[in-house]
Amino acid sequence: MCAAVKSGCPPPLPDPETEKTMAFNKNSNGYTFLFAISMVVLVGSILAYMSLSLKPLQKANEAEKKMMNILGAIGVPSERGAVKPEFAKYVTERVSIDSEGRRVNSMSGDVNPLDKSDPFNIDVQKDFRSKAPASELNFPLFVCEKDGQDLYVVPVVGKGLWGPIWGFVALESDMETIYGAVFDHKTETPGLGAEIKDIPFQEKFNREDDVKKIKGVTPHFAVVKSGLPTDEYSVDGITGGTITSKGVGEMVDRTMGIYLKYFQSAPKAQK
Amino acid sequence: MSTETATAVAPKKESLFSKKNRRLLTDPLDDSNPITVQVLGICSALAITVQVQQAVIMSLAVLFVMIGGNVIISLMRNIIPDRIRIIVQLVVIASLVIIVDEVLKAYSPDISEKLSVFVGLIITNCIIMGRLEAFALGNKPGPAMLDAVGNAMGYAWILLAVALVREVFGSGAISFPGMGQVKFLPESWFMANGGFYENNNLMILPPMALITVGIIIWIQRSRNQGLIEEN
Repeated sequence: MCAAVKSGCPPPLPDPETEKTMAFNKNSNGYTFLFAISMVVLVGSILAYMSLSLKPLQKANEAEKKMMNILGAIGVPSERGAVKPEFAKYVTERVSIDSEGRRVNSMSGDVNPLDKSDPFNIDVQKDFRSKAPASELNFPLFVCEKDGQDLYVVPVVGKGLWGPIWGFVALESDMETIYGAVFDHKTETPGLGAEIKDIPFQEKFNREDDVKKIKGVTPHFAVVKSGLPTDEYSVDGITGGTITSKGVGEMVDRTMGIYLKYFQSAPKAQK
Repeated sequence: MSTETATAVAPKKESLFSKKNRRLLTDPLDDSNPITVQVLGICSALAITVQVQQAVIMSLAVLFVMIGGNVIISLMRNIIPDRIRIIVQLVVIASLVIIVDEVLKAYSPDISEKLSVFVGLIITNCIIMGRLEAFALGNKPGPAMLDAVGNAMGYAWILLAVALVREVFGSGAISFPGMGQVKFLPESWFMANGGFYENNNLMILPPMALITVGIIIWIQRSRNQGLIEEN
């Protein structure tokens, strides 16, 4: 536009900041594409490198967390970094069963995080997401011994309001009475559904406070709306967290349905 | 001649902590606070102010991402094509957040568990994007860093204030990272144990966060009349 009135046009202000960059047109299509492509490649490779190099540490942390949860279900407090010897002390056997309640594999001793056949390494959350028929899956069971009593820890997985919830439920040697439980979640509402991972809720599953049982032939166990009366097959839910509470009941009920077949067919062989 | 060039160059070599730059740090604490004045980042102020420890962790995470984002975008400001600048900012923020998340998962799993969903929330925190777009794209890395620190602090103190009110009245406790939750009221005061006191459950629910922020805005405006808009 200045070209038309060359004489009246003031000289452009020398701006050292922009002058350097005027060598190329940073708004041309070619440059924009080039910029976008190189940025995606750069960022992608940085993130991929980070993810790959940190994976072993993250896996080890997850395994530790799992051990802590299993120990938590039988009421043994443990800390990160010191959980492995405790786990070896209390957990005597790791069993995997199929959906018909048949024993598939059994292991004891140290956990090898790379051994896919180790029941400890069965990813129940992944199996739950995969929607594969139950007949194709194996289910892990952790046999523990505490104070001379056999305890059976069952991992449970289900759906909360916003995302997955999971936990570990410990049964006494009668394979019916709940000894203790821990629950955790990914994205439940803080202060409401997220309270399933807090002690006040988990205490309701504690053997010492209340006797809660899973049902025999037709399992039907529930977490009911907060305030409703409960019997020994149901647990009081969280105020304002009804859907998450129901999810907890549903996952315990459904998972125990599978393990009951095993408990009924093989409790004697177990001992 | 020599004196003349010296005076002409002097204002260009502005010290990092000149008066103008110091205002970048102090302004967001009060006059242009991202939450109470610009009303940005309200969603995370509601979601994670139930406990002080969550607020502290979130503030630190935002501080880190904000400094990183502002400095990186400021360094790149002359080569970013205008038409894709928003998506470039988003990529920078998202990458930083993912890096924070991955490193925490590997080296500090306990904190990572506490942060859980909030890590994702950092990406959507409009304060960060707002500062990248409004400040980092047009300024040098030094001031951009100060601006990031200032805004992150402005965000943090509101978050901590709201969390303190909500936790004290909602749970009768104060928590801090590494210390857990400390209940300071004697158990015998509570109605369940025959006392006279009960925690206010409403404080834990999100609406009270909004009301608490409202009260802070009220106090701030009564002290700082310049913030009141004319009708």
